[in-house]
Order: sequence, then C-alpha cells, then structure tokens
Amino acid sequence: MAQKPKVAFYWCASCGGCEEAVIDLEEKILTVVEAVEIVLWPVAMDFKKHDIEAMDDGSIAVAFINGAVRMSEQEEWVHLLRRKAQMVVAFGACAHLGGIPGLANLNTKQEVFDTCYRDVPSLDNPALSAPQTLTRINGHELHLPQFWDTVKSLDQVIDVDYYLPGCAPPPDLIWSAITAILTGQLPPKGAVLSPNKACCDDCPRKDSKPDKIEISEIKRPATHLADPELCFLAQGFVCMGPATRSGCGNRCIEGYMPCRGCFGPMDGVFDQGAKFLSAFASILAPKDEAGIEKLLDQIPDPTGTFYRFSLPTSLLHRRNPGAPA
Amino acid sequence: MTQRMTIDPITRLEGHGKIEIFLDDQGEVSKAYMQIPELRGFERFCLGRAAEEMPRITQRICGVCPTAHHMASARALDALYHVEPPPAAHKIRELFYNLFTFEDHTLHFYFLGGPDFIVGPNAPAAERNVVGVIAKVGLEIGGKVIAARKQARAFMAEMAGKAIHPVFGLPGGVSKPMSTGLVEQLRQAAPGFVDFALFSLQAFADIVLKNQAYVDTILADHYTHRTNYMGTVDGDGKVNFYRGQLRVIDPDGKRLYQFEPQEYLTYIAEHVEPWSYIKFPFLKQIGWKGFVDGAGSGLYRVAPLARLNVADGMATPRAQEHYEQMYATLGGKPVHATLATHWARLIEALQAAETVERIANDPEILSPVVRRLPEQPPTEGVGVVEAPRGTLIHHYATDPKGILTMVNLIVATVHNAAPIQMSIDKAARGVIHAGKVDQGLLNQIEMAFRAYDPCFGCATHSLPGEMPLRAVIRNARGDVVQTVERRTRD
Repeated sequence: MAQKPKVAFYWCASCGGCEEAVIDLEEKILTVVEAVEIVLWPVAMDFKKHDIEAMDDGSIAVAFINGAVRMSEQEEWVHLLRRKAQMVVAFGACAHLGGIPGLANLNTKQEVFDTCYRDVPSLDNPALSAPQTLTRINGHELHLPQFWDTVKSLDQVIDVDYYLPGCAPPPDLIWSAITAILTGQLPPKGAVLSPNKACCDDCPRKDSKPDKIEISEIKRPATHLADPELCFLAQGFVCMGPATRSGCGNRCIEGYMPCRGCFGPMDGVFDQGAKFLSAFASILAPKDEAGIEKLLDQIPDPTGTFYRFSLPTSLLHRRNPGAPA
Repeated sequence: MTQRMTIDPITRLEGHGKIEIFLDDQGEVSKAYMQIPELRGFERFCLGRAAEEMPRITQRICGVCPTAHHMASARALDALYHVEPPPAAHKIRELFYNLFTFEDHTLHFYFLGGPDFIVGPNAPAAERNVVGVIAKVGLEIGGKVIAARKQARAFMAEMAGKAIHPVFGLPGGVSKPMSTGLVEQLRQAAPGFVDFALFSLQAFADIVLKNQAYVDTILADHYTHRTNYMGTVDGDGKVNFYRGQLRVIDPDGKRLYQFEPQEYLTYIAEHVEPWSYIKFPFLKQIGWKGFVDGAGSGLYRVAPLARLNVADGMATPRAQEHYEQMYATLGGKPVHATLATHWARLIEALQAAETVERIANDPEILSPVVRRLPEQPPTEGVGVVEAPRGTLIHHYATDPKGILTMVNLIVATVHNAAPIQMSIDKAARGVIHAGKVDQGLLNQIEMAFRAYDPCFGCATHSLPGEMPLRAVIRNARGDVVQTVERRTRD
C-alpha cells in the first residue's frame, strides 16, 4: 500500500479559532483522517517535537500553520516545520497577514509589558515584577520564551507556498483547499486559495449599492442604526468590502455588520488599508482637500480599522519604536 | 542532587502550557510549576481602538470561547455608553449565550475532559479519547454528539453571522433581530437539546457514579482544594451565565461578598510572578498569601463547580433536581473536589438547554426592536459574563469619542491560575515518590488541571488523540535520567 501523505498542523500566536474551523468540517474530518497521516496536531493528537526533529527533511507533504509569529519559541517551530515540509500553507488571517495580534505592532514590547504588568487597575504589583526569560527561585531555574518587539506574518519568517485566508477560514474553503492539495490541482506557488475578487462582488446587499455612492457623513455602529438591507458604504458606514478578497460567504454582512477585511487584499495589492483608502476617498461627497479631511476625521481609529488584520504585512508594518504612541 | 522534570508542552491555553517539576535528593517533589509561556498583549494594543469594535476584537483572545468574550464586551459597552438594551435584545443575547454554553459544555464532556471517566482514568491512552467514548456509549450516541454540536453552531451562525467570532453585539443591543423561521426552528430543536443534556447526565450517573473507584477518584485528597469560590447569581441567587451580581463564598460556604460587576476592583487584585506570563488574581481584602489553600487564603476558584457552590440553586427546574442530587451525593455545599466540576458542567448544560427552550418560546424574542442607541457620551464600563470556564471580566474606559484609553481583562483561566498552580504541585507531590514516574502519574497530573479548563482540554482532547505529555527527568548536569512519554498510537 502506498504511504499516505504526512500532514502537520501547528499554531503560533493565535486564538484556537482556526482549530475550531477544522473541527467544523464535522464528518468530513474523518475523510481527511483516512486520506492522510497526521504527524502533528497539538489540538487533537500527540505532540512530539523530537519526533518532528527526527524526521527526514522534506518528509512531511504539507504543514498547515496558523497564528502570527511573536515569540521566540514560535519562530523555532516554524523554521523546523519549513525544513521538514515540502509545502507550507499559511492558515488563517494571522499567519497570512499578521491578524489581530498584529495590531500589537502599534506598540513596543516594553509598552505591552508596562500595560499588562504595571498599569492595569487590578494589579497589585508593588515590586513591579514582570515575566523574565530566566527566573531563579529556591535554587530552581525557570525559563520563558522571548516576547519579540514585532509581530510577523508567517511569510516574514519562512517561505510560504499557499495562503488560506480568513478569521477563521470557513469550512467550505478549507475543504476546497484540502481537496486541491490531495488531488494535486493547485494554482501556482504563492496563491491565496480564495476567489480573486472583491467581497462586494458577491455581497447580498450588492443590488442595493447605487451606481454612484456619495458619502457626506461617516456613521459609527456605536451610535447609528444601520438599515438591514442597504449597502453599508452607501449608508456612510466604513465597510472594508471593496478592498477585501471574497470567499468568506459574507458572514459578517449576514450578521448585519460591515466587513472588517479579514480575508486581506486581492492579488497584486500589497497594502489593503491604502487600497481601501483610495477607494473610499473616491466616494466621499466633498471634493476639496479641506472637506475630505474633515470627513475623514470622523473615522475613529483609521489605522486599527483599515489595517485591522493586515498591519504587519502592510507598508506600515509597525510603528517606529521611537515615535509617540 | 536536584532533578528537574519537564512536561512540555502540555499544549495550549490561549497559547501553550508547561509544567516543571523539581525533585530533591530523595526523588521527592521539591516544587512543581505551571508556566504559561505566551502573551499577546490585548490590553495594550486595544488602546486607541474604537470601543464598539471590541466585541469583534477581543473575541480573538480565544477562538474556542469567542462568544464569551463577545458577550462580556457587549455588556461592557452597554455600561460604557450608559445604555440599557431593549428587552428583546437581552433575550436574544441570552438565548445565544445559552446555546453556546450548552454546546461548549457538552463538547467538553464527550470530547475533552469526559473521556477520563467515560473510558476510564486507567484505560489505555489510545482509547482515552472521543473514539473511545463512542466505543463505550455507542455509535448512535456519538452521532448525536456531533449532530447536537453542528445544530447548535448552525443556529449561532444564523443569529450572529458566525459561530467562530460572532459579530452582532453592540452597545445597547444586537445588530440583527430574530426571524420567524429561525425562532420556529429553535422551538422545534430545543426539546432535543434538553433531552441530550438529560441523557448526558444519565450517562454520567451510569458510568461514573455507579463505579465506586471513580467516585473515590473524584473525592481523592490530591484532587481537593479548600478554596474560596466566585460566580454570578441572578436576583434570586440562582446560577446565571449572562448577567447578575458576583458572589464570593469562603471555604466553609459562608458568603463573603456580593457585588455589582463594576465594583470588581474593590474585591479582586492580580499578583505577578516573573516565571509566567499569566497573572494570579486573589481576593484583595484578604491579600496575596501565596499559593496556599484553606482558611485565610486569598485564592478563589471560578468555573462550573464554583458557580454551583456560590449559588442558592439552579434557575431551571430539571437542572435544580440534579443540583440537589449532586450535593446530596458529595456531602453538601461547598464541594471542594475539583473533579466534581465535570458533574457541575453537565448540570449547567441542562440549565442552558432549558433556558434556550424557555426563551425560544417567549413571544418577545420576535420583536424587531433589538437596539437602543446611546444618548450619552461613553466614559467607563465593566461587563461580566460567566464563560464556560468561569467568570470573565472586561473593563474599558474611553475618551468622549469612544476611543479606548484603558482596557483591563481578567479571563476565566486567569482567575483559576493560582489554584491550577497549586493543584499541579499537590498532584505531583501526591503521586511522585523516590523519583519514579510512570504513565499513570502523567495522566493524574493532567486530570488535576483538565477539570478546570476546557481550554487546556480543547487543546488536547478534541478529536482522535490524546493529551501529549512528555516528562524528562534530568540530574543537575542536565543528563537525562529517565524519559516517560504517553503516546496516542502505541
């Protein structure tokens, strides 16, 4: 009997939602388990770093890695998996783009530590203790991995073959990707495994989008009611649909909330936030600079909105550590 | 000669976990540490964000219980914006939240923590997983488990956009009303959820409670800690997952405090240790006394058993019957046996299913008025819900434009961090002697923390597989003296 292809799943700085997404394949998961040999999957199976280390380089057919890279230990793991795997798939928004943990690139490590271990109001920490990579206590040595200053997407650390977008990737897309890999029907290396068109193109509210949108007021979900059927942009709500790749099933729109861009940009677009801004600027009612500026000022937290999932992989990448917070 | 034993990784809890056990010259446990080697820093990088985005940002703390973060965040936004959601919005949220609790709790019983009991704590590791559970309870039941999870999650996605990372929570309500068709489907499905919870309790009674060895295990000293407890109660003092006041009792069951969520800083503080990224909360008015239990300790526990310990009873009739039975069986309140959490969890699953049924049949749930807009500028707000694994606190402050200036999050597993540390140490001391380690030891240590936290469990037990543990004992020079591994496919 021919050997089954070996598959590894691993996670870095992530939430576990990508694992849940795989479990949401429900009964299809049994088909996967039959077709491949899973050699690593901490969520579900035995976990043996030394076994992976002992494998021949290139002996794993495909490694699915989710999460951003923000700790030294995660960096060690992804280098190991890259050596052992013929193909690496960046699974989910954090591995693909940096994701929500990537918003920490607006801060430095010191700022994160100061807030978490010095500033929050519930702390009782008179000695201003903070986690250390090495602690000696009662003659015992305890080690912690290093927390990096900067969050990276997977392809900023290792070579990535394919990207499966989304936070979390929907089960149907995961299933298509697995089928494509098992049957060898893959697009060229570097492809994002989701249709290369904008979310707006298959939005259920597409027909309500006027030919010409003119925004004269920015509305916020906190303080405004949204019409349940009209295009969010046409109503004045920031919706990342025009700058976001489709394939998500428009699940947020179906929950009556605007898109936040978790699928990342379409092919050929490097900076999703800049792409959105240029699309958005063209539909603002004011045409003079002062008027545009005044309207854009109404957008709360533009960086955290336009780059919600993609800050580490954008042109911005991170805040200059010397710049004011 | 000091020996070091490392269990790494025990896989993750919103990251990874690691246990370090140090042995003395006689091979007895000198000290065991539970370390959390990960941090992502949400409390910092959420500063500067727009407050109303928090339900959609903070749920990325945990993709296993995103609904708990989403809901705590929505509750915090209600307080922040000084806006009371209309009745239908509260009901929709509460229905949604109980669907989630039902799904998460039953998942834990069959897929995660339950296999230790259903298949048996001493069963071969290869069988001690969901496949072993299905072998024990039958394929038909296994199908029921998968079907119940699938059905509950389909409802959640329909209500809130997505089951993983829902989107509908906003200050003053939700973005989406219920449709007649969906409510009709829920009404039809709800009795099945109640039946499934009852069935699960019966399975627990048949498999666990009728086996004296299991009952002895639950009550064993090395799984017992006399601690304080905290949980949310409604106006009648009954268990509530979605809203209420926080109540704290001492190890004798005496009520210490009962307070509104926004008063939490008067009662709770967090201690920092340099050897872990996790913080260690304690009762502020008692003070940090270290990793000790018993009278005078400031440590408290949260999660299903804690909720039942603090409450006067369950909010629904059938859950109440099982609540009374549990305390009658285990010798009255409070119960300190950590492993009884599994029983408490199923009783809560029943309350959640009964609550889904009750709210689904409430005509008001069909009201189109599911949002009240804020009329005052935002200032500061605290939101508390009971996540499946315990009390979850979100606390935000903003500028007048609703841009966050302070974020404090105390998640369920953090409340339990010090007790888990204590449980690991106690279990290790109880079972490791003269430097001898075996498979049974590893599972016994594992069981000590698995009861607390499905986040550990979900990281380790979901599908065919087994909690991977590897213990390496080294002497002072770093030479490996003994290696013990528990593997899945031996």
